[in-house]
Amino acid sequence: MLLIPCPWCGDRDETEFHYGGQAGVPYPERPAELSDEDWGEYLFVRDNPKGPFAERWSHAAGCRRWFSIVRDTATHEIVR
Amino acid sequence: MSEHPDRLWRNPEPRSGYDVVIVGGGGHGLATAYYLAANHGIRRVAVLEKGWLAGGNMARNTTIIRSNYLWDESAAIYEHALKLWEGLSAELDYDILFSQRGVLNLAHTLQDVREGTRRVNANRLNGVDAQWLDPDEVRKFCPIVNTSPDVRYPVLGATLQPRAGIAKHDHVAWAFARKADELGVDLVQGCEVTGFLKDGNKVVGVETNLGPIGAGRVGLAAAGHSSVLASLAGVRLPVQSHPLQALVSELLEPVHPCVVMSNHVHVYVSQAHKGELVMGAGIDPYNSYAQRGSVHVIEQQMAAALELFPIFARAHVLRTWGGIVDVTPDASPIIGPTPVDNLFVNCGWGTGGFKATPASGWTYAHTLATGKAHPLNAPFALERFTTGALIDEHGAAAVAH
Ligand SMILES: Cc1cc2nc3c(=O)[nH]c(=O)nc-3n(C[C@H](O)[C@H](O)[C@H](O)COP(=O)(O)OP(=O)(O)OC[C@H]3O[C@@H](n4cnc5c(N)ncnc54)[C@H](O)[C@@H]3O)c2cc1C
Ligand SMILES: [Zn+2]
Repeated sequence: MLLIPCPWCGDRDETEFHYGGQAGVPYPERPAELSDEDWGEYLFVRDNPKGPFAERWSHAAGCRRWFSIVRDTATHEIVR
Repeated sequence: MSEHPDRLWRNPEPRSGYDVVIVGGGGHGLATAYYLAANHGIRRVAVLEKGWLAGGNMARNTTIIRSNYLWDESAAIYEHALKLWEGLSAELDYDILFSQRGVLNLAHTLQDVREGTRRVNANRLNGVDAQWLDPDEVRKFCPIVNTSPDVRYPVLGATLQPRAGIAKHDHVAWAFARKADELGVDLVQGCEVTGFLKDGNKVVGVETNLGPIGAGRVGLAAAGHSSVLASLAGVRLPVQSHPLQALVSELLEPVHPCVVMSNHVHVYVSQAHKGELVMGAGIDPYNSYAQRGSVHVIEQQMAAALELFPIFARAHVLRTWGGIVDVTPDASPIIGPTPVDNLFVNCGWGTGGFKATPASGWTYAHTLATGKAHPLNAPFALERFTTGALIDEHGAAAVAH
């Protein structure tokens, strides 16, 4: 089980959280001008690195706020 | 248990070049190599495996084989696989212990009942054997399932695919490996692909820890690591890698006559040929390559198993483990070309690719031999994430991914 640092509540068990995938994926700036390829990329393709990964978590059973951490997907170590 | 043949495969040094190089010596890579040689006469083929043959997900899965998928495209490819499974021991001359003991998918809510009956009808229209059982019929088919109405999520019925079942995963891999080797395929273990040799936008070989190896075509079959590999060639794949865990009990007398799967309370259970209860459930939610998951996922699946099978209360857990599965946004695989010439991909099988092994190999071999899709894998091309022609099997496939 991961021990996840909520910026507001401190370290809590993974079971209190909901996973939100990659962090920092911006909504397209000019959606009307996007090609089908770009839409496909925006909707369906995310980074999937073996190593440090910036990701979103929500403290669903706690303060209910969303935040980002950097976790190493090869070791589960929370880097930041 | 059946006898093993006295010869398995050579352990060759890689040659300087091949017509086709397959990256990943799991079930899919080995089946692809076999069908390339057997169906297409292409024998200058190498399978490069960074560890030992079939030591990845092929060694870690719970071996459930079925073809009761909802959508036509999925039913077609998984049913092709099931038909191949039915003849595989004879074709490969090696007993893979394919046991068609039937798979039950339990329904615990009204929505489950509607989904299940709809899937039975869809399966029948696609020529896939399927039946709907009421709780009494469930108890007759699998007497150890708790069909009492007095539990939190009572069994309201189940779909049954009688031709579905399990096979011995190691035997499957070894059978494909042995026959592929016999036809001249080089199975190279301890050979990690670390990069691609390119000529413009064309792949012409791979870099490995054993040196460069030339290739007319390169086919990735690296399961959970496909996106790591593809990114080395500049290709971004719509897959996310997650841990999927499983466990086995100590050996028990035969008690469990079939395979039981439940999405709603989320566990699936069968009894291995030797006697272990084999259990699995869903993926851990976060991305990972760590070959392990979180213990609460195991706890939840055991709680679900106990509610369904009170008889298991005193069984001991012998071993738990995790594999890394690659999940796509529509929970369907990707088999076909990539934007890089001569580089092909077979990935995204998520939690359910073992059952597809022969059809995955059959269609991927066709694609690698001809450069074109086989009718069965055409719908599973990478382009569907641009065209929107998704094959959305989340839930519909009778298992939550
Ligand atoms: C716990 C668990 C339970 C499952 N249960 C079922 C089930 O009941 N039924 C079902 O149908 N499916 C099931 N699956 C899914 C199934 O195991 C996979 O979909 C399937 O095995 C994937 O194809 P493969 O066999 O080729 O993958 P793998 O056996 O993982 O083969 C990929 C190979 O590529 C190698 N590789 C990776 N990177 C490189 C590199 N750079 N160079 C060289 N080699 C490399 C790996 O070492 C590995 O051996 C389960 C999976 C898990 C983890
Ligand atoms: Zn919090």
